[in-house]
Amino acid sequence: MNANAVSLEAISLTKVYVRGSEEIKAVNDVSLRINKGDFISIIGPSGSGKTTLVNLLGCLENPTAGELSLGSKSIFGRAKYLSERDLTKIRRETFGYIFQNFYLIPTLTVMENVMLPLTFYRKPGTENETLRLLQLLGMDHRKDHLPAQISGGEMQRVAIARAMVNMPEILLADEPTGNLDTKRSAEIVHVLRELNRDVHLTVIMVTHNQELARQADRLFEMRDGLISELKGQDRSDRCLQPLSP
Amino acid sequence: MITNFQVAYKNLLRKKVRSLLTIIGIALSAWVLVSLLGFNHGYETALNRDIDNMGFQLMIMAKGCPYEAATMMLKGGTGFRYMKGSVMEDIAKEPEVEKVTPILMQAVFDPNKGESGGIAGYFGVDPKSFVEMKTFLKFRQGHWFADENAYEAVMGYEAAELEQREVGDIILMPEKNIQFKVVGILNRTGTQDDGTIFVPLKTIQKIFKKEGEITTVGIKLRKDANSARLEAKLYNLPNVQVVSLAQVKETIMKLISTAKVMVLSIAIIAILIAMVGVINTILMSVHERFQEIGILKTIGAMPWDIFKLIWTETLILCSSGGILGIVLALILSRISDVVIRSILPYAPSGGLVLIDIKLALITFIAILCIGLLSGLYPAWKAGRIRPLEAIRNETGR
Repeated sequence: MNANAVSLEAISLTKVYVRGSEEIKAVNDVSLRINKGDFISIIGPSGSGKTTLVNLLGCLENPTAGELSLGSKSIFGRAKYLSERDLTKIRRETFGYIFQNFYLIPTLTVMENVMLPLTFYRKPGTENETLRLLQLLGMDHRKDHLPAQISGGEMQRVAIARAMVNMPEILLADEPTGNLDTKRSAEIVHVLRELNRDVHLTVIMVTHNQELARQADRLFEMRDGLISELKGQDRSDRCLQPLSP
Repeated sequence: MITNFQVAYKNLLRKKVRSLLTIIGIALSAWVLVSLLGFNHGYETALNRDIDNMGFQLMIMAKGCPYEAATMMLKGGTGFRYMKGSVMEDIAKEPEVEKVTPILMQAVFDPNKGESGGIAGYFGVDPKSFVEMKTFLKFRQGHWFADENAYEAVMGYEAAELEQREVGDIILMPEKNIQFKVVGILNRTGTQDDGTIFVPLKTIQKIFKKEGEITTVGIKLRKDANSARLEAKLYNLPNVQVVSLAQVKETIMKLISTAKVMVLSIAIIAILIAMVGVINTILMSVHERFQEIGILKTIGAMPWDIFKLIWTETLILCSSGGILGIVLALILSRISDVVIRSILPYAPSGGLVLIDIKLALITFIAILCIGLLSGLYPAWKAGRIRPLEAIRNETGR
């Protein structure tokens, strides 16, 4: 793998919401370049625009302005507006998503939840992914359980397996530990770290938790829609305490 | 791999009671629909069978109300009018006529019938010509009369069952105090013949002092005969009326059409209610799963995939309801038969609700089409859910 190959590049990405007569710049002229195999964290206070940025990077919505490219392929730019159908096509080829609330289907077993994306779209070479992922995430012994029968940490592991089943290039995690205690949170970030290391998965994680954010290779901070990368002393100041997985 | 069907099926299991109630609603409308179609089919079949089993296509009767004449022939009745037996000779000369048979119907009051007595009907028939026309009548026991003046009776299956008679028994004609020896008991035919007592024509003419007189002439037409032309000619005979059994059938079907319209209206209302029930159930389900559907889109589902998923749920509900309704209709067809029979002015013998594979399939396809229609709007609505809106909005919508 070429470590410096570009996975995702945003240039002057902007998202403006209009509420009545007021214009809110949730993401303001954000430019960043994420390489393949990067593990990045985005931190910032509530309302700073982190989730909106991840939604734009993950092609969940169109930006108001700016450009976004995946590898060498331009996605948004030059006032190009993509339909929901086009966005879905890009998403299922490239991204995996995990959320704070897991969003597992309560009537499907762990195994079925992980297999669910394959009902809609299956990338070649994913035939044995389901069981392999469950084993990798230590959930194979729970494969026949329903979501209500497993813990929050286990549910998030299942959600990760579901996000990974179609072998995405980039995993977007929006507050993946928001509903978990400290121990489970550390476990989930550890899992993400391992996936990043073992399968060279690009991980973009949004979190409030600065201790967890410290686990990433690169750390970004968002304030009022603006982004800045924290390096050196700034990064150390933000993340004072070490984290035990 | 988990299929679209499995996901849809498991979704429906989340709200078992709601899904079950919706299925019951569909089943009831399927039941009404298949029973109505079965009635349409069964009634006409039963009427045709009754008329065909009469063995003749035209009847000549002494002048009177044609409806009374028809009912008289089909059910038996009182207040008979008579005509000369010689009229048969003129009729038999017509080229369209293959065979004729004279009939004298008589009724007497039987004090032992029912709780407060009832009318007992006797059909005086000519042993030779009547038997030639009614070749389908088979004997359970015995045979036809030995001669045309005998005091012998042939009993229909139900008449014999009702009076517990066997061949060799003696029956008494009330009012006249005349004894008949039972010489034959017919097999069940499913027609009014089952409840009839047949006696020789000449014997009954003598008992009722109606020598040379008859109430009815049954006419069997030649193959490809022009029935309308013969009817026109027979209308010229004095003091008789012509009853075409095709006309009788048409008249009865007209009378019955009111009941059909009523039942059809009920079926349409039941189907509309079931449709609204299905739309409501699926819309509620989509509403409750707003976020979940959004997530399905983030994990790769296209709008069409969501549309198919919701449509499949509708189809599962409708097909389960349809099958349940058809099975119910088949099991309870006897009850439907009794209910329909109780509200109709005239019902032929035999089953009135006739449900066959073809009707069951038609109903099932109709219910599926209704399900597909009902599922269109909820499925379309679900397909349009945008993932981001769903994720952002906990309560959504």
